[in-house]
Amino acid sequence: MKKLSLLIATSLISLGLAASAQAEDQKPPRKMDWSFDGMFGTVDKQAAQRGFQVYKEVCAACHSVNRVAFRNLTEIGFSEAEVKALAATYQVSDGPNDAGEMFQRAGKPSDLFPLVYANENAARATHNGALPPDLSLIVKARHDGANYLHSLLTGYGPPPAGVKLADGQYYNAYFPGGNLMMPPPLSDGQVSYADGTAASVEQMSSDVVAFLQWAAEPEMEARKQMGLKVLIYLAIFTAFMYVAKRNIWRRIH
Amino acid sequence: MANPPKSQAPGIIGWIEYRLPIFSFLDNTLGSKYPTPRNLNYWWNFGSIAGICLVMQILTGLFLSMHYTPHVTMAFDSVENIMRNVNYGWLLRYAHAVGASMFFVVVYIHIFRGLYFGSYKRPRELLWWFGLIIFLLMMATAFMGYVLPWGQMSFWGATVITNLFSSIPVVGESVVHWLWGGFSVDNPTLNRFYTIHFLLPFVIVGVVVFHIWALHQHGSNNPLGIDVKTPQDTIPFHPYYTVKDCVGFGVFFIIFSWFVFFSPNSLGHPDNYIPANPMVTPAHIVPEWYYLPFYAILRAMPDIGIPFTNIVFVESKLAGVIGMFGSIIILFFLPWIDRSEVRSATFRPVYRIMFWVFVANCILLGYIGAKPPEGIYLILGRIALSLYFLHFVVLYFYSVREKTLPLPESISKAVLQQSAHH
Repeated sequence: MKKLSLLIATSLISLGLAASAQAEDQKPPRKMDWSFDGMFGTVDKQAAQRGFQVYKEVCAACHSVNRVAFRNLTEIGFSEAEVKALAATYQVSDGPNDAGEMFQRAGKPSDLFPLVYANENAARATHNGALPPDLSLIVKARHDGANYLHSLLTGYGPPPAGVKLADGQYYNAYFPGGNLMMPPPLSDGQVSYADGTAASVEQMSSDVVAFLQWAAEPEMEARKQMGLKVLIYLAIFTAFMYVAKRNIWRRIH
Repeated sequence: MANPPKSQAPGIIGWIEYRLPIFSFLDNTLGSKYPTPRNLNYWWNFGSIAGICLVMQILTGLFLSMHYTPHVTMAFDSVENIMRNVNYGWLLRYAHAVGASMFFVVVYIHIFRGLYFGSYKRPRELLWWFGLIIFLLMMATAFMGYVLPWGQMSFWGATVITNLFSSIPVVGESVVHWLWGGFSVDNPTLNRFYTIHFLLPFVIVGVVVFHIWALHQHGSNNPLGIDVKTPQDTIPFHPYYTVKDCVGFGVFFIIFSWFVFFSPNSLGHPDNYIPANPMVTPAHIVPEWYYLPFYAILRAMPDIGIPFTNIVFVESKLAGVIGMFGSIIILFFLPWIDRSEVRSATFRPVYRIMFWVFVANCILLGYIGAKPPEGIYLILGRIALSLYFLHFVVLYFYSVREKTLPLPESISKAVLQQSAHH
């Protein structure tokens, strides 16, 4: 009788699992091999630098990375001089000065990347009601963020029969619901990489994902390196304690 | 008053001990003067691991609080400042967030261990109660803690959960406004949640003192579930269980560290990295994983009334709240619901199966809790919800009839027989 109920319970669980396998209205992202995956994952600095270029020349038209400071770019291999020069090309608002007025000045390495729009309403007004999100945390703010972004950036296509798009909408199977306001942002050869890498859509997309992954988790390399040391320490600690336990308990066995 | 010692032992320890017997107190509590059943298995590690979790949450939380700002316009930014600019801030925050999940894993195992081996039974009913109170306080603390980063799930989770109180008849609406400190979840809500989130862990520490006090009155239960009869049945806590606990700490910290360093966000929801926005509702509002079974019960409850009529006595929302709290309240009555004289499931063949069905059902409820309450999930949720409470009904009637297996004469005899087999 109780065996039967156990059987029922387990079959209920498997039934539930089967039901969950049904996809929602969104294509599961492509699984890529990323340099930052896994316990030994690192930032591919070349890719992140190229990704920054893509961000700056393409994405930055609408999307900010307002949690990243210019100085942080040294972490992906830019020199301090490069960062200083880059920061100076931005105008940031500062003040008030002694006269009580806000003023514009050239950016310094300690400044954050400025916002693209003055506020959310200004952004929505420009984009037909849609809000281009800040990208600083975008990789952490989406399920399977890196794969999702890469799939999204490379996944535009014609809508399947029966899908109606409103004015200014584009079809992308990886986006929840399938239609989004962001036009396909990348096209082959859109940027010219300094290191000579061919700028295919696939390449630019994976580069910008490498950059945004770093922007979302700048501590990632330090974290994983510390984690390895901690695990080695704990493995030794646990082994020692286990031996000590065996020895001490031998007295009463 | 205890008799003061006649003479002072030599040395600094003797000097202190003569004035404040703290060393003998520790020795009697966790040391060589605390007799413990000699047959405790590794499932008994989880009490001390839970203690470590509590201390770690308090310490990491204390340091986080030095950098956190409880204001709706600054909370999210201050958390990101901790993650990016505070030295080892990411370590503190990930250890705290993962630590909350680990604390619940440990406490759930601790509770199920108690259920399996009958640790709630006479004379440990109060010990069981204090444990359940700790569990309830943990749920409240963790809920408020999850609100503090002020991400989308923080805001909408807080909105959904506080709205539960609106189901209270007559005064519900007023109670909710009182909890919020306004007419929606807003800055006053965040502020008070922060204050209470800081306060409750110390209340938990207080209840833990009572939990351990009650534990020491009759000592630990044990896998055989029989009482300690002679000193041969026990061994001193130190060094035997201190060293055994250390093995458990090691294994626990390996799992804990793996999450902190290699997968710190897998136990959370990505939407909480989107700043709270009262104008945009997330597609699915899901609580943290450790609430999911209760969330499933909350949402599975139907209207309660006369079937096939429009007469409703209790609306589903209120029924859900009653069901959710009832699923924990019923555990307070467990020592009297389970009327078996035998504690350990080892000697209760039927209860043992019921126990595992109950565990599987709780996992099923957790799974349902993560799914939208519609279609197959609603039906499954209602079945699982019924099974949850049915467990206690069946237990009440069956526990006195159950044919139990013969109990060993004593702990020492059982242990020595076992080692003779080796």
